[in-house]
Amino acid sequence: MNMGVLLRLALLLLLVAFLANPQAFEPLFAPFAANGAAAIYTQSSLLSLTVSHLSMVAAATIAATVVSVGLAILVTRPSGREFLPLSRSVANIGQTFPPVAVLALAVPVFGFGPIPTLIALFLYGLLPIFENALTGLASIPPSVQEAARGVGMTDTQRLLRVELPLALPIILTGIRLTAVISLSTATIGSTVAAKTLGEVIIAGLISNNTAFVLQGGLLVALLALFIHEGFGLLEGALTRRTRSVQPA
Amino acid sequence: MIEIREITKAYDGLRAVDEVSMTIKSGEIVAVVGTSGSGKTTLLRMINRLVEPTSGAILIDGRDNRDLPGHELRRAIGYAIQGYGLFPHRTVAENIATVPKLLGWDRKRIDARVDELLALFHLEPAQFRARMPHELSGGQQQRIGVARALAAEPAVLLMDEPFGALDPIIRGKAQDDLIDIQRRFATTIVLVTHGIEEAIRLGDRIAVMDKGKLLQFATPAEIIAHPATDFVAELVGSDERAFRMLSLTPVSDLMEPGEAPGAPIDASASLKDALSEALWSGRRALPVLRDGAIVGRVTRDSLISRAGRPQ
Ligand SMILES: Nc1ncnc2c1ncn2[C@@H]1O[C@H](COP(=O)(O)OP(=O)(O)OP(=O)(O)O)[C@@H](O)[C@H]1O
Ligand SMILES: [Mg+2]
Repeated sequence: MNMGVLLRLALLLLLVAFLANPQAFEPLFAPFAANGAAAIYTQSSLLSLTVSHLSMVAAATIAATVVSVGLAILVTRPSGREFLPLSRSVANIGQTFPPVAVLALAVPVFGFGPIPTLIALFLYGLLPIFENALTGLASIPPSVQEAARGVGMTDTQRLLRVELPLALPIILTGIRLTAVISLSTATIGSTVAAKTLGEVIIAGLISNNTAFVLQGGLLVALLALFIHEGFGLLEGALTRRTRSVQPA
Repeated sequence: MIEIREITKAYDGLRAVDEVSMTIKSGEIVAVVGTSGSGKTTLLRMINRLVEPTSGAILIDGRDNRDLPGHELRRAIGYAIQGYGLFPHRTVAENIATVPKLLGWDRKRIDARVDELLALFHLEPAQFRARMPHELSGGQQQRIGVARALAAEPAVLLMDEPFGALDPIIRGKAQDDLIDIQRRFATTIVLVTHGIEEAIRLGDRIAVMDKGKLLQFATPAEIIAHPATDFVAELVGSDERAFRMLSLTPVSDLMEPGEAPGAPIDASASLKDALSEALWSGRRALPVLRDGAIVGRVTRDSLISRAGRPQ
């Protein structure tokens, strides 16, 4: 347990140090560099690529969260129940349609740049959040629902004060899944000129420079790890607080 | 006062509640009994409009309960259910404070009310305020559920099998608490129960339902002595009627001057307890104790004659 915490802390420090001063790590990557080529990617700064990569993931995840949770709320209201099958299909198609294909279709319309990648990430991220939000909202104990109506909450008050807070840990799990998947999926964005860490990996592939591939890959993996951990801590804290009540 | 006028609720043409009329007086406890599916819960939920009636009307203190929007009506009526429905993400204090908060009470008044109710239900405020519902026993959850229902001092309290999941000893205590609170605040209580025993113990009057219809609405003594239909007679349990009758009256009612040997019985005990004790110890009379002093006696013969059907 304590070892785990220390290890994570060390990794985090390493990540920060690497982004702050990549050149200091040159000797580590040098053995992987193709004969005499640079060991550290310097075409763009790694820090700015990381920031841009994270911003795209964040933007796409936030948009997917708003739409998915909104949809899940809509289809769990009595008036929106009939839209449940339709919303399910939309979310499923979003997930099964390969992001590469989305890029290929979006580039002719929106041109090169970040937009096609954002669309691909957004579509790909809908399903996990939608399904989890649906599960969370549907699994609230009937006696709690009944009590919320019985004390005189309006529909909106019930949603904001009872249903969403109780569903939050499960919704967070969905957001975590989406964020982590998006983080690795975003790398393909650089094939259509989005500024992501994929640029480093692709540069490595093209120039046969394993050092670039490694540093790009490691950066993405570490970021994914910390996002996963961060959400995990949050979910854990919430679940401990809201562990549901078993009537005697 | 709650006037229920020919209220009917039909689901797909089937009448869950079928033209029920009854008038519940202010400050009385009415126990609604009947077999499963007889429409008790539906009747109760039409009072606070969690269920909208198909036809008929309900008047609370002379006002149609459809005059207010449903959620405002429900803030003025306490509602306690089986399973308690405590909000799992809120502390005990926050659960109790739910309705006062919805009504916009100020912080100080809410805190004072929460502590008052916790103390009333024998839960040390400092110890329980900040607990989460999953850190409570079933009996404690039940009390918090009733405390939440009573928080905004409603004139009417609806209870749907609130004691159903409690063991007999805790249930007895919870019933005593309820009677205490009802005396203190003069709350009008409509309580749904499966058990005729509970209905006799708590109800000033008992409403017996079967297949959506109200079969009889009368005092426990009347229901035991003169059941309106065979169904009511069966529900009351004809073979135990004599003892049920005795359980309604305290010893003080039948006390006479005089002395008797052996251990005394308390004046507030029921006649049923007195007869049981007289039979078990083989005595013709028992001394009666009130506030620590012997104040008279109660005889076995008077007990037995009282067990018969009232004329
Ligand atoms: N929402 C509903 N839709 C359809 N039928 C319903 C609904 N609610 C209740 N009913 C039916 O109405 C009848 C009365 O139900 P109700 O819950 O009032 O019974 P009850 O006397 O409270 O029973 P129990 O003692 O088991 O709680 C039942 O036959 C039930 O199936
Ligand atoms: Mg019921």
